[in-house]
Amino acid sequence: MKRNKGRSRFIALCVAPAVILFVIFMIIPTINVFRMSLFERGAYSPTETFVGFANFKALINDSLFIRSIQNTILLIVVVTMVTFAFALVFAGILTRENVKGKNLFRVIFYIPNILSVVVISGIFSAIYKPENGMLNSLLSMITGQTVTVLWKDEPLVMVSIIIAMVWQAIGYYMVMYMASMASVPQSLYESASLDGAGRVKQFFQITIPLIWTNIRTTLTFFIISTINMAFLFVKAMTSGGPNGASEVALSYMYGQKDAGLYGYSMAIGVVVFLFSFALSALVNRATKRKPLEF
Amino acid sequence: MKEKRAGKAGDRIYKIFIYVVLIALAVCILVPVAWVFMASIKQNSEFYGNPWSLPLGFHWQNFVDAWNTARMGDYMLNSVIVTVLALAILLVVALPAAYCLSRFHFRGRKFLNTAFMAGLFINVNYIVVPIFLMLRDGDTVLKNIFGSGFLLNNIVVLAIVYAATALPFTIYLLSGYFATLAHDYEEAAYIDGAGYGKTMIQIIFPMAQPSIVTIILFNFLSFWNEYIISMTLMSSANGAKTLPVGLLNLMQAQQSAAQYGIMYAGLVMVMLPTLILYICVQKKLIQGMTVGGLKG
Repeated sequence: MKRNKGRSRFIALCVAPAVILFVIFMIIPTINVFRMSLFERGAYSPTETFVGFANFKALINDSLFIRSIQNTILLIVVVTMVTFAFALVFAGILTRENVKGKNLFRVIFYIPNILSVVVISGIFSAIYKPENGMLNSLLSMITGQTVTVLWKDEPLVMVSIIIAMVWQAIGYYMVMYMASMASVPQSLYESASLDGAGRVKQFFQITIPLIWTNIRTTLTFFIISTINMAFLFVKAMTSGGPNGASEVALSYMYGQKDAGLYGYSMAIGVVVFLFSFALSALVNRATKRKPLEF
Repeated sequence: MKEKRAGKAGDRIYKIFIYVVLIALAVCILVPVAWVFMASIKQNSEFYGNPWSLPLGFHWQNFVDAWNTARMGDYMLNSVIVTVLALAILLVVALPAAYCLSRFHFRGRKFLNTAFMAGLFINVNYIVVPIFLMLRDGDTVLKNIFGSGFLLNNIVVLAIVYAATALPFTIYLLSGYFATLAHDYEEAAYIDGAGYGKTMIQIIFPMAQPSIVTIILFNFLSFWNEYIISMTLMSSANGAKTLPVGLLNLMQAQQSAAQYGIMYAGLVMVMLPTLILYICVQKKLIQGMTVGGLKG
């Protein structure tokens, strides 16, 4: 009995600090996101007035918000497709073919993942600089005339952000797929070769189906993470400019907080939160296949 | 016979093609990073010419100016303190919790495990505004009582917030590891007369060393590179800042002042520690990633 009491005390002592921190800094703020979205709050006073769904109703008529959602969806679709296509193909090449310096390539491809988004946005501002930028001067060298493309101007700003995001994400997913592709048994490829299946056919009919479970999980995860990464990139690279052309959902939310419109800001948070859950559920559903064993 | 030779030639071309593509991607990643290193030792006047020209000499003044005038030295110190403190808090809090949650049966265990799992889906970007308001309200209360608040613009509070928001992932990873250990270890220790705490600290934690290293690596990178929470909670204009936020300010100031050299020196200062760490532990990091599953 005495031992039992000591046991309970030990467990309580171990678990309590984690629970307290978790509740204060994660649970309560999460509840507050939902609660505050129904209130209007003055910028510098803690007084709140209940406004029901007024914040959400205002969102529908906010053209900047609509634009930010469109940009978010654009980023989700394009960045996901490009990143996954590249990551899968490169991982397939590096695991299947006898490439020299395989490890070196892997180490290099992973580098962007360890850099801060602020650093990456600094690197890309050096690339995109209109005069004397890396990209424009390279294009000038190739075309033989002075190129002065404004990469961060309205028509191209989303393309520029997409390139930066893909640059950052490829390596991580490539390394991940290399690990799962390595577990596909060699014998399957050998018998496929004997049957006359080429590399491309092997890739689509053996590699992809066999790691499908892994692709599915990472895809769902990637979509949620893209919504967050888009915010980090946009905030550091363009702050949503010019004229809100590169605003994404969460950067718009953050901007409303800076303007002191806390209730409105949290209504955006709720919408994006629910949107990301619905989207990942949808993707999870759409990609369901019968799992293959090997 | 002829066909076979054609196949061989095809193989060859394919192989060359693969190398060209792989090297092209490697160049796309390495060149911009290397360019920043090169730019960080250029003089300001060199930025108006061809961006691909090599630096004329080692202009270390950029680093001195960034360190002193742009206060990157102070920010570096802040970042080191915040990262180390957050890691320490995280380990002290998460290790015992993960141990109990994975190895003891008690009432509410299942509920807590589910709650921490659910926490994996809460991204800090959503809750940074409520955290900010909570701390600001706290400061207002403190001001009324003590005359001054200390919750915002405080690197200790920032470290606590970092540690707290990293808890779900860390507990998830550690519990996964603890659950694989046999219960014999504890039983033997209890028979030898060791208490619960002693068993946990002296028997179990040393065995968890590989997972602890993985956790330190991942969280070091995420704490060191983080900028949204830091920017929000440390918003006072002349107050303490962490390195990425200082760099962000430097980049924004650079647009008007055109002090490129200092900006690139600042960039190097932020990424150099992570690059050095990466070179030292890249094998472990990549292994840890594939073992630990997902994190973005």
